[in-house]
Amino acid sequence: MNKSGGTLILNTPPSIAGYASVVGKKEGEGPLAPYFDIACSDTTFGEKSWEKAESRMQKDAVNKALDKAGLSPSNIDYIFAGDLLNQCIGSSFGLRDLEIPFVGLFGACSTMTETLCIGSVFIESGAAQHCVCVTSSHFCSAERQFRFPLEYGGQRAPTSQWTVTGSGSVVLSASGNGPYINAVSIGKIQDLGITDMNNMGAAMAPAAASTLSQFFKDTGTQPSQFDAIITGDLGQVGSDLLIQLMANEGYDIGNNHNDCGLMIFDRKQSDVNAGGSGCGCSASVLCSYLLRKIMDRQYNNVLFMATGALMSPTSSQQGESIPGIAHLVQIKNDLTGGII
Amino acid sequence: MDYLKAFIVGGLFCLIGQIFIDKTKLTPARILVGYVVGGVILSALGLYQPLVDFAGAGASVPLSGFGHLLAKGVKEAVLTDGILGSLTGGVKAAAGGITAAIFFGFVVALIFKPGDKA
Amino acid sequence: MKVTQQQFDKMSKKASKSTNSVKNLVGAFLIGGAICTIGQALLNFYLSVGMRQDQASTLTSVTLIFLSALLTGLNVYDNIARYGGAGTLVPITGFSNAIVSPALEFKSEGYVLGLGAKMFVIAGPVLVYGITASVLYGIIYYIIHSVVK
Repeated sequence: MNKSGGTLILNTPPSIAGYASVVGKKEGEGPLAPYFDIACSDTTFGEKSWEKAESRMQKDAVNKALDKAGLSPSNIDYIFAGDLLNQCIGSSFGLRDLEIPFVGLFGACSTMTETLCIGSVFIESGAAQHCVCVTSSHFCSAERQFRFPLEYGGQRAPTSQWTVTGSGSVVLSASGNGPYINAVSIGKIQDLGITDMNNMGAAMAPAAASTLSQFFKDTGTQPSQFDAIITGDLGQVGSDLLIQLMANEGYDIGNNHNDCGLMIFDRKQSDVNAGGSGCGCSASVLCSYLLRKIMDRQYNNVLFMATGALMSPTSSQQGESIPGIAHLVQIKNDLTGGII
Repeated sequence: MDYLKAFIVGGLFCLIGQIFIDKTKLTPARILVGYVVGGVILSALGLYQPLVDFAGAGASVPLSGFGHLLAKGVKEAVLTDGILGSLTGGVKAAAGGITAAIFFGFVVALIFKPGDKA
Repeated sequence: MKVTQQQFDKMSKKASKSTNSVKNLVGAFLIGGAICTIGQALLNFYLSVGMRQDQASTLTSVTLIFLSALLTGLNVYDNIARYGGAGTLVPITGFSNAIVSPALEFKSEGYVLGLGAKMFVIAGPVLVYGITASVLYGIIYYIIHSVVK
């Protein structure tokens, strides 16, 4: 691979052999409903706790993606997974029966692209022929860990976001017909002092702007050269701020930017305030609507960047601000040996 | 008439709380602590009882009324038991409410399950 | 990044919509007022069946606590609170909901370490600071009372 600044341009881009998404009730009733593989109106997924339900989503997403790729767990060299729960138990308990060498990762809501970045490099390096990247979030498990018990009577601020109940899984293979992960860019932690846990979009926007502008600098490209620039869960506030921050850096992304948190819910209908969030937000939207659009060749060259807020209830209670992180992957239909 | 007074005074107590929620960065937990401690202080200054006499439940139902209850209990206990009353009086007066919250909390938690907000 | 922390702070304040205050204030006033009115009705009822003032008062609190606990268990309380805001938080019902909701939520972690331990995770400070304030008041009152005597 070629390393340019913070971006790795892959010489043998891995092919997306299969993908699948599993979501809950609200997501299954939203604008992207037709695209999800599994939408369950019972968000317990038949399990005894919210954490177990989240594990179940990951397991189902991985099995479905493998199914669609025509592969079985024994074909997979590595599985890269993570989630929002303490010690990432959503992933480890969901995937423990698969007998695949397991790499647990924490990137908060940026985990989808973090796993795709690492998985792609493993394949490019020859360490893996096939690998699986998966992540998830569940509204209830996130709420009880980060915020309040479900039945607590509180009001949500308009800048707050709604954690998506969803999981998305991608199978990457060393050879295939695409779409391909052509380039990856791993971001740096950015913290511009936002302390409001109810305004994650503002906390993550600087990291998104940093990674994205770094990519354009590294590759000498402009936003208009891509069919779409999709962020994971900046929501309305974060998206507005990203566009402003990128303009400050000299890049106009206003025309082709969209955000999974804004796509997954109809904000006029649901009480989701600034939009969807969570690892499952970017993952489920990628592994349904976005990859469908790419495979149908409506998009041929896409930048996909999930963003995360690297905080915990403890750090917030100690008065800390919220650092953000963003990882980027370029998904392309046709290999040209370069970025464009 | 006493219903109207209870409604308006109670409503005002809550309105003030809502202003705190919307306009400041104070979390609900801190606002509740403010109300209960505020009730103790106002009661100590002799300002809360007149409010209760006027508005009845409009002053006793908000959490500041709980603070007033604690303060009243302490005052009466100090008068009868001296300094020891400062330790016993508050919880004794509030015993019914505290115990009810714990007991009903236990029973309800035993029977029901939380539900997703989806 | 070319923007400073102060500049970004300004940018985010501008981009962040503030709450619809009027709607919230009206909701808090109406629902809070209604809960207190229900309390008044309960108080009058208990007095009318011959209870002492302090007994009736305690039973009124207990009844409101019970109703709030039940509505929490029925998964209804949070729906009222969405519109009520401080109107459900400030009355004693908020205290009850704050005790019941974590007990209900953390039952999955067991009856002792879950339900039992987590019951006070939100409402604990109310008891700690309320009781502490009353103790301090008691001490001050005792001193003033002894000195005045």
